[in-house]
Order: sequence, then C-alpha cells, then structure tokens
Amino acid sequence: MSDFENDYRHAKSGQSGPGVVDYLDLDTKDQTYLDANELVLNMGPQHPSTHGVLRVILKLDGEKVLGTECIIGYLHRGVEKIAENRTYAMFNPYVDRMDYVAAVSNGLGYCEAVEKLLNTEAPPRAQYIRVILTELCRIASHQVWLGTHALDIGALTPLFYCFRDREEILRIFEKYCGARLTTHAFRIGGCIYETYDGFEQDCLKFCDAFLPKLDEYEELLTTNRIWVRRTKGVGILKPEDCIALGVTGPVLRAAGVKWDLRKAQPYECYSKFDFEVPTGLNGDTYDRYLVRIEEMRQSVRIIRQAVDGLPQGPIMAKIPKVLKPPVGEVYTSIEAPKGELGYFIVSDGSLQPYRLRVRPPSFVNLQALDKMVRGLLVADVVAVIGTLDIVLGEVDR
Amino acid sequence: MATEQKGMAVPEDNKEENSVLPEPKPPEGTTAASASGEGAKEKPSVPDSETKPATPVAKPETPAPATGDKPAAAPAAAKPAAPAAKPAPPKPEGPKPEPWQSELVYKLKAQYGSGIKEASTYVGQKYLVVDSSIAYEILLRMRDDELYDYCVDITAVHYPKREAQFDVVYILYSFHHNERVRVKTQIKDGETLRSAVAIWPTSNWLEREVYDMFGIGFEGHPELKRILLPEDWKGHPLRKEYPILCQDQQWVKNNLGIESGQ
Amino acid sequence: MLDAITKYLNTRGTPGEAGSMLWATIYILIITIGISLAVIAMNWLERKILAHMQIRLGPMRVGPHGLLQPFADALKLLIKEDIIPENADKLVFWSAPVVVTMTAFTTFLVVPFGREHAVTDMNIGILFMLGISSLGVLGIIMAGWSSNSHYPLMGSLRSSAQMVSYEVAMGLAIVCAVLMTSLQTGTGTLSMIGIVQAQAQQHTWFIFKFFPLGFLAFAIFAIAMVAETNRAPFDLPEAESELVAGFHTEYSGFRWSLFFLAEYAAMLAVSSIAVTLWLGGWMRPFPHWLHGPIWDLAFSFLPALTLLVLCELCLVGAARMPKIPQMKIQTIGLGLFGLLLGFAGLVLLLPGVRERVQDIYWFTVKIAFFMYLYIWYRGTFPRYRFDQLMKVGWKVLLPTGLGVLIATAIWGLLPQISSAILGVLP
Repeated sequence: MSDFENDYRHAKSGQSGPGVVDYLDLDTKDQTYLDANELVLNMGPQHPSTHGVLRVILKLDGEKVLGTECIIGYLHRGVEKIAENRTYAMFNPYVDRMDYVAAVSNGLGYCEAVEKLLNTEAPPRAQYIRVILTELCRIASHQVWLGTHALDIGALTPLFYCFRDREEILRIFEKYCGARLTTHAFRIGGCIYETYDGFEQDCLKFCDAFLPKLDEYEELLTTNRIWVRRTKGVGILKPEDCIALGVTGPVLRAAGVKWDLRKAQPYECYSKFDFEVPTGLNGDTYDRYLVRIEEMRQSVRIIRQAVDGLPQGPIMAKIPKVLKPPVGEVYTSIEAPKGELGYFIVSDGSLQPYRLRVRPPSFVNLQALDKMVRGLLVADVVAVIGTLDIVLGEVDR
Repeated sequence: MATEQKGMAVPEDNKEENSVLPEPKPPEGTTAASASGEGAKEKPSVPDSETKPATPVAKPETPAPATGDKPAAAPAAAKPAAPAAKPAPPKPEGPKPEPWQSELVYKLKAQYGSGIKEASTYVGQKYLVVDSSIAYEILLRMRDDELYDYCVDITAVHYPKREAQFDVVYILYSFHHNERVRVKTQIKDGETLRSAVAIWPTSNWLEREVYDMFGIGFEGHPELKRILLPEDWKGHPLRKEYPILCQDQQWVKNNLGIESGQ
Repeated sequence: MLDAITKYLNTRGTPGEAGSMLWATIYILIITIGISLAVIAMNWLERKILAHMQIRLGPMRVGPHGLLQPFADALKLLIKEDIIPENADKLVFWSAPVVVTMTAFTTFLVVPFGREHAVTDMNIGILFMLGISSLGVLGIIMAGWSSNSHYPLMGSLRSSAQMVSYEVAMGLAIVCAVLMTSLQTGTGTLSMIGIVQAQAQQHTWFIFKFFPLGFLAFAIFAIAMVAETNRAPFDLPEAESELVAGFHTEYSGFRWSLFFLAEYAAMLAVSSIAVTLWLGGWMRPFPHWLHGPIWDLAFSFLPALTLLVLCELCLVGAARMPKIPQMKIQTIGLGLFGLLLGFAGLVLLLPGVRERVQDIYWFTVKIAFFMYLYIWYRGTFPRYRFDQLMKVGWKVLLPTGLGVLIATAIWGLLPQISSAILGVLP
C-alpha cells in the first residue's frame, strides 16, 4: 500500500508555539462543560498496556484524541531523599531499582558520577567489563521493549521470542554477579567481581547466536504489512520538538538527530570502539522500531570488540573504603537504553551525598506523549506509549 | 569525557581493605616524609610507644586521621585530642573550582556585571552562578544567542543554613558546541522564579517536580501542581527539615483508610 | 429397528430429500453434538498450537498434555456467578447469547458433510447460510446495548460494522463461485450439494478454475471470513490491550461461554462454506484423474490411517511421560485415549464403514486446515486498527471482488461470445 501519510491523521506539531503547551481543561467534576461529542477517557493506572502504573486521561472527540494528561507518581519511592541518608556505596543498589529493566546502565551512570566526584577513573579492564555488561543490558532492555510493544499492537509471538533470547543475557549476568535483574554489578571505582571462567566465550557465543534471532524478529515485523500500517506515520515527533522537549535516546535519533552520548561525549572506553549511531528519517513509530533494532546490532559489534580487546589488569581503582568525596558538585550522564540518564551529585564532604538528583530519560520522554498523540486515534495511543519505552520506576523514582 | 586530573588524589589505605577494625595509632614521624600522602602502612600494627596500648577499638576517632588521608575536603577531620604525637600528614588538595575564562563569560559579565556572581569550572564542568532577578534573561540568552537549545535538567538543592536557601540549578547542553553548562541561581524561601517553560517546553514537568519536592514556585508555569506526590499532600519532601520517615498522616488516613503507611 | 436403519442407509439422499423427520432430527442431534465436540477440540488445539508457535508448551497439567483443559474451562464457566448489570434490559440481555448461538448452529442445516450427509439440501442453500449468519450480527448488537454500559455498546457497534462490511465482500466471492457452477450445465445452482456436484462434473475444484480468478475469489473469501468472525488480525473489538472493551464484557460464566461457542461455531460454518464452494466439499483429491477401484481403495484407507497415526502419537507420548508416581494417572489416561483412537481407526478399516466415512473424513480434513489457518494468523499478525480494517474491507476487497466477478463472467461466457462473434463474421 503506498501513501501511508494519507491514512493517518498524525499530530500536527507546530500547532502551538515553541513554549506554549495548551493544557486540557479537565475539570472532570464539571462534565457539563464537555462538548456533546467529547469524551474523557481514563486509561487507569491498571492497564495491560501502560507498562507500569501510569494513568493517562484522554480527551476524545469520537475516536480522535484531542489532548492527554499523564498522571504519574504511583511508583514514587523517594529515592533521592533516601540518597541523602545513605553512604555512597550503600546507595549503589538503589539505583538498579529505578529503571529495573536496564539495571546495569543505572549502576554504570551512578558509579561514573561518584568517580567523577572523586576525580578518579576505573582501571581499563574494569571499563571494558563495564562496557560489555552495559551493552548486553542494552540488548536486554530493547528486547523487553520490542516484546511488549509488539504485544500492545497485537502481535503475540515476538514477546516470547524476545524473552527467550533475553534469558541468555540474564544467565550471563547471573553467572557474573549473582543476580538477573537488579544486578548491582559495578562498584564505585571499578568492578568488584572478576570475570568468571568462560565469560568471554559466553559473550561471543551469545553474539553469534543473537544476530540470526534478530533477523527472526525482523522477519516477523519489519515487512509485515499490518505492522507497517500500524506504526508508520504514527506518533511523529520532529527533531525541533524533540530537542525543545528534551527528548533523548532512540526517540531523538529516530527523528533524525544523530546524537549519542557514547560518541558525543564518550565515557568509559567507548571512544576505543568502532560502532555506528543509527538514525531515522521521519520520527515515527516505525523509525523508532528500526533504530532500536539497529542499535541492538551495533551493541553486538561493541561487545565483540570489547571482548577481543579485554586487557589484563586490576579491576578496582584505589579508593578508600570510607568514601568522603571532596566538596563540590558534578553532573554526569550516560547513554542509557532509554535516553540520557544523568546523575547530579552535590557533596558536602561527608559520608552521604548532600543532594543526589537522577535525571531520568523516561520522565522527560513521557512529556512528549501529549504532543505525539494529538490527532491520533485511541488505538494509536497504546502504540505511542509503547514506542516511547518508558519504565515507571524511572519516571517516578 | 576525560577527567581533568587523572590518577589518585586520594592516598590508599591498604589496611582498610581487609580489616574492619580501626587502626589504633596515627602515622609515625616517618610520614612527615611521605608528604605525598602515601600512607605506607602495610602493617596493621606499628610499634609506636606513644600509642595507647588500649584496645584497637579504643579510639574510634583515631581512624579519622587515618581515613583523613583524604583531600582537603574535611579540614575538620577529627584530629584526635589524645593520641597522636604527630600531626597527620598535610592533606593533599582536592580539586578546586577554577575560574572559567571564555567569551561567553566575558560577554555576560560585561552585560550583567555583578549579576553574574561566579563563573567557574569544577573537574572540567562549567557553571555560572547568577542572580535570581536576571536568571530568566540569562537562560533566554543562553538559548537564543549561545545555542544552548537543550535543557537537560532543572533541579534544586536546599541549604537551610544559608540565607538564600535554595540553589536552583539549570543544566543546559548545546548540540552546536557539544558542551554542558550549569546555570545556578539562589533564592530565598518563598521567592518565586520565572518559569522557563517559554524557553524550553521540557521545563514543564521538571519545574513541577522542583515545586513538588521543594516548594519553589515558578511564575508563568501553565500548570504548576504536584507531579509525583498526590495533589493534596502537605509538605515538600526534599527539604532538609522533612524527615526521612515522615509522611502526610492526614492524607494517608483520608485516602487510604489506614492509620499509617509505616 | 435394525432394518429400519439399513433401509434408511440404503436410500440415497439426505433426510430432507427422503422426507424423514426422524432421521432429520437424528442428524441435527449428531451435528449439534459434533459441533460442540469440535469446539472443545478447537479450544485445546488453539491453545496448544498457539503455544508451540510461541515456543512454549501450553496447557500440560490438566490432563495428559492438557487434553482435559477444555472440560476444566467449561466446568469453571458453568459454576461461575451469574452477574447481570444493574440497569440492564433483562430480556434482551438474556436472549442475546441465545440469538448468536442459535444462528451459528442453524447455519449447519445445509452444510453437506457428504452426498447424503446433510440435514437437508435446500435449493437456496448458500443463500440460507449467508442470511442466517447475518442474523448473528443482531445478537451482537443486542448484547452490547443491553449491557447498559458505554464501552460494550461501542465495542458491539464496531464489531457489527466490521461484520457487515465484510459480508459484502463475502457475498461477491460467493456469487463468483456460484457463477462457476453454471459453466457446464448452463444452469447454476445455489444448493450446497449442487455446487459440489458441479465441481465434480467439471473435474476441478473451483479454487483452481480459471486460474487465477478462482484463487482470487477464494482469497477474498478467506480474508473476509476471518473478519466476519472477529478473529485476528481483525479482532480489535475484542482485544484486551485496547481501551474499548468488547461486546461481551458484561457477560460472565455460562453466558460468556455461549458467545465463545458461537464464535467457534461461526468459524466452522464459514470454513465449511469455503470448503464447499472452492475446495470441492467432500470430494477426495483427484477423483477424476486418479480414478479406478485401486485408487479408491487406496484413498479409502486414509481415515483409518489418520486415526492410527494419532493413536501412535498418543502412545508414544505416553511412553515418554516422566516415570514418576504423580504422572501415573496421566500416562494411563493418555494410553487409554490412544487405544480408543486406535480402536476407532481399526473400526474404520472395516469395508462397510470405509466407504461411508470417506466423505465426512475429507470434509473434516479440509475444515481442520482452515482452523489451523485461523490459529496461525492469530500467532503471526499484529492487529489492524479499526479504520484500517474498514478500509481493507471497503476499499480493497470490494473492488477486487467486483473485478473478479466480472472477469469470471466474461471468461465463462467466452465460448458463447467467441462463437457469436465468429458467427457474425463472414
């Protein structure tokens, strides 16, 4: 089927000026103010497709969405307040629980931030190990995303394929640090665990086995006419809107902005690896899907290079057991699977951080939901929420 | 982003890697030579006659100088009153904020003068401290003239002992320069800032969260209400006077029907 | 008694033709029980096949390999609390599932499982089936409306809009097939048995007739029938992850199971239309080219062979069960089930039974193929959005159907047209 653009009434971005976001007059106590055709629909906190406890209030005209309002905070656990009452090392396990799907990335970001505060760096071997595990975690996170997104759109099978292949990654994590999901794999200053015997073989074996599986997922979806019709032209977000709304990660790259923190401001040893940053053309859901699939391929590339070049040496930098970083503040960020994950730490020289702020990519990306779904149909809202790849643990902290 | 100063500014403390017990005595006179701060204390026990023969745990404070082999962050590192005949070695200096010299800073200082209270870099990260009255203009100027088109984060820090209690931090990034800058303002409790929503739409939720957690108001924000906590919650949790185990009991009773959530 | 049965069996013709009310009733009972058993089997098959496509096992516990799962589900549904919404219109609420189920079952009156194995052979057979299945839409609207809730109403209206749109395409495809029946004899027929006999006379299944026109008509019907029965990929009105719930939201327990029964019976009904019209109904493959007593004999062993293969699978499965005490009952159960199938297979080897079972066997095999297609679609395709769904129905299938119809008509009349032209030319 040719011109997809005519099939969809996608969001007309630019209907509001660059700073003015119109809000819904959702005084639901006063239903008389609704137009005869308008309907306020509540996609409540419990819903199979909201990927967590997210409440979205939709204002509809028939099937068309006029506006949305997201209500978050159902999973707010006060992580930032807790950080002020834990020492730096004690806080390390807490960060895994924020974006629980990609726990290794969170740990990497936190360790990077504290190391910057301490003005040290992890030794090279630890950096390579960190990169390998983080890229494995990126693949795992994208697999969860793909499975659940496809399930929302109606394809039942990719979910099982993705989770089956993710098992291999989780097995590697378990052999390495004992945990599958909330791994606490890294420590401030490096890694605490040396790689187990056969770690490199396991990673390479996974890489070899995974690329054909990725082709399997693509076979089911990429050229499937129904998939393309459900995702092309849906939830378009233009590059200027992305930047204005602070959206990062695959969403930004699918809009066409070739920006990846691993290349723009390399951290760990990413500058040593050769990989590409996939970008999309239109910024719609289909492009985001393609960008994430390609990112998985590039991650495999990075893992292979890292395993081949894994140096010998210590895995932990020499830092004191009792950490009292000097007075100061830093902000570091990494390219998490979902976007730019940043940590802003203010230290007052004591054992505990004075202020620890987590800049969650999902929180900022979720703001863009309103702009993306205006003018779409109700069935597309679910697709757009899925394509943003949010994890409520991170949105709410 | 490579660190400015590589390597260790913090001396190692080998014994602490293995033992949990604090070490009984302060560094010997020999360590005057080890001004590099290398605590070359391989042996847990040093034949120091001046040491209190008391039990190793007798001086829970003495490890402080041992751990006080840290950069000058803790000048109040507890010099134990009693034991050490020798003072601890001079603490190596940690990183300090350096003044930030650049075109941008000259231009801003020329225009705003004393409005720019400070422009420094710390471990390579640049920041400006500006007066709250000109904060909005500076931000607008950063976006328009200096091409800092991406607002990474807006957050706040609470210093209750200071007069201007809150430090509102805007972290900005420029795709053009590939650089990050922090713009900080300091406001008093009860003061409001002008909202940056008109500059970067992403400030919408970020400012709502600052309001929710700290109680800082933003004028001109289209919908300034709580975002993470329920609408009718009382209290702003990230303020320092809000205890860690505190909750809005009234809200819990009204909405959840239980006495306490703890 | 026995000679009554033999006397009946010796007459050729359906009970309708024979005019025997008793036998018609017996056939109706057999068909009703058969459909129910088929629905039970479909439930199990769907869960197992879908699971295997998703690299998991499906129900394994409730009986050996989950074979008793459908019975457990039925029992659970029967003992559930019967909830009626507060302001629902009770009469309509009660009768909606009845309407849907009854229409689905009534369509089977004319479905020919064999030359004599239909309840009756109306001379408007196919029209009757189409008409009665359209009545099912009424039941769905009744269900949505009587639930007294906004979302089931919207869901039921969407469901019915979808079904009605695809009925147009179905109708066009059916007309195409009916056209083809007139090619040999000059007169077409709407009777189901007549259509199959036309295929027998023309020695081709209509799916291969006038290639690719017959195939296109079949394809249109195959797509439209999936949409007609609200199955994937056209199942937006009843999907769980969408916002608007389906028309059967407020139904619980036995009432819901009636909808479920009706859905599967409708699937069977439209599959039987497809089989009758395009796939040669009860005929075995290649009756014309591979004819003769030897071929007939060879093909006649196939039903028994199928059952014996199934028996062997069961027995092998029983042998491979874990040899622990907890699995003893399951192993024995599976073994017994296998033996039962084997016994049935051996019965089918008997000469008298062999010939009579042929027609029914081939019809069932072809229907099973369609059921597998249904499950396959469910496991493979994402869901169409509602506006895209309607677009496919009206903008794609309808024009294609019209085109195929016109092309078939022209092709069919080609001999007459050409002779007319040749006659005119000097």
